[in-house]
Amino acid sequence: MIHRNRRRVRRDKTSAIVMMVMVIASFAFVAAMAVGLYLKAQPLLSDHSIWQLLTAREWKPSQNEFGFLPFVMSTLLVTAIALLLALPLSFFTAVYLTEYARTWVKKLVYPALDILASLPSVIYGVWGTLLIVPLISKHIAPHFVEFSSGYTLLASGLVLCVMVLPLMVSLFVELFSAVPNQLREASTAMGATPWQTTRRVVVRSSIPGMIAAVVLAVSKAMGETIAVLMVCGNMPQIPHSVFDACYPLPALLANNYGEMLSVPRYEAALMFSALILFVVVLLFNLISRIILNRVKAKD
Amino acid sequence: MKLKSKYVSEVLVRALMILSIVAVVAFVISILYIIFHKGIQSITWAMITQLPQGGFFISGEGGFLNAIVGSLYIVLAATVLGLLISVPIVVYLNIYLKKDSRLGYFCRLTFDVLYGIPSIVYGAFAFIIMIAVGMKPSLLAGIVVTTMLIIPIMVRSMDEVAREFPRRLLDVTYSMGATRWEAMRVVLRQIMPGLTTATLLSVGRAIGDTAAVMFTAGFSDFIPKTLGQQTATLPLSIFNLLTMPSAKVQEKAYAAALVLTIIVLIISLTGRYLSGRVSKNKI
Repeated sequence: MIHRNRRRVRRDKTSAIVMMVMVIASFAFVAAMAVGLYLKAQPLLSDHSIWQLLTAREWKPSQNEFGFLPFVMSTLLVTAIALLLALPLSFFTAVYLTEYARTWVKKLVYPALDILASLPSVIYGVWGTLLIVPLISKHIAPHFVEFSSGYTLLASGLVLCVMVLPLMVSLFVELFSAVPNQLREASTAMGATPWQTTRRVVVRSSIPGMIAAVVLAVSKAMGETIAVLMVCGNMPQIPHSVFDACYPLPALLANNYGEMLSVPRYEAALMFSALILFVVVLLFNLISRIILNRVKAKD
Repeated sequence: MKLKSKYVSEVLVRALMILSIVAVVAFVISILYIIFHKGIQSITWAMITQLPQGGFFISGEGGFLNAIVGSLYIVLAATVLGLLISVPIVVYLNIYLKKDSRLGYFCRLTFDVLYGIPSIVYGAFAFIIMIAVGMKPSLLAGIVVTTMLIIPIMVRSMDEVAREFPRRLLDVTYSMGATRWEAMRVVLRQIMPGLTTATLLSVGRAIGDTAAVMFTAGFSDFIPKTLGQQTATLPLSIFNLLTMPSAKVQEKAYAAALVLTIIVLIISLTGRYLSGRVSKNKI
């Protein structure tokens, strides 16, 4: 009997140790990623400063010129357009779903959002090339510029906007429905209309969480690869209008991984772009998750 | 006057909301319409049952069975490996650690962050490791990177299920003299349906991922026979086919996109259907 119990306790203890090692390995994994990417980017960083790399415009890998400005600007602009479009859409959708909608609307919209969330990135890319790109080149761009291929900043922003919608709506809905109903009732009892209640009670108390949600969506949009790659045009230039082609960082990585071993410093340059993405997304995620955890803990 | 303006803005805002809802639903419908419309027009039985024939990328003989099977191999293996790693982590977080443990907090935060890291960065990182150990693009490398990608998704969604487990039930098992290891078996049995849903949703995410396998799995016209051979995947071949100039080849991309969409929708809808049923019968 004692023997058996000893075995049971031993099994309990060993399993605890094994599992703890796995948990600690997950911290180590993040660190390994950072170190690995940094080490590979090191050759480039040894003869260019980070500031130089990020602000130079010329991208000529064969002549050892690595200016990341076009890619960084493209990434920022694409993300900005996507968020500008997605923010009002997801905000109003989430408000409607939590504050106004009848059950049948919810039963229709939630599954639709689930589908959006589950579709793979490459499918969005196919949709973008088949619908958005021709739409822009034939119907939208001619009103503003002489010629546009359709593979543009605007197309990338639109596709990305749809891709971040489910994430933003679900985060907003989670935040809004965490606001206690008594607050709404108190506001309504004072004669406020539903929108006044939403604006002054629901939204006001969810502001920190909403900022975190937006930051999270930004980091998702920045790292999105295939869908954007398929509609962005892939020209290493700084886009001057929404009808210009662009070339975000993930697309740069995806397009060139095959040939990167043949040109000196090229691999380092590509790994540097992965490192930028990694660091920015890591920081953004960390900040927004900490805020969201705080918000949740308060409820 | 004040009274009136608040009703005006109410109507305006309501219109904006309905517009947003309509836009969201319209996006979904237009995506599904395009994929299904184009896909059904171009899909043939040969495409999903044959390997690519000579000149596949030029004239379009044969099909993309290699990609379908490649994707299934990668995702199945990654799911099994992912479960082996993520279930113990979730168990440790929820049963072995105390509810307000600092280690648990940081671990959850780490997985939230890992979840957010773009798959292209996973691909780049895996590529570095491959070079370091002298591995070539292969089925094995594709499996490894997909496993890395799927673990954070699994841990986060399973953790959410496990956290719902009533703490009191755990205390009851302890009071019967069970060790944590034995209590785990009780808990796992209770949350099994939730874990199944979480697994299915993760699989749905992993099968559609392109950027990570692009770096690691390579491409091949054949079904891989060993772990060391390169393999095609469905998302990557959609991408490759669509960028080809010939319209006949592009039709294959539409067909492949239809196949991928159907696979993903079936997996994720099954997952959600199961979770709906589970939540109805929860204690």
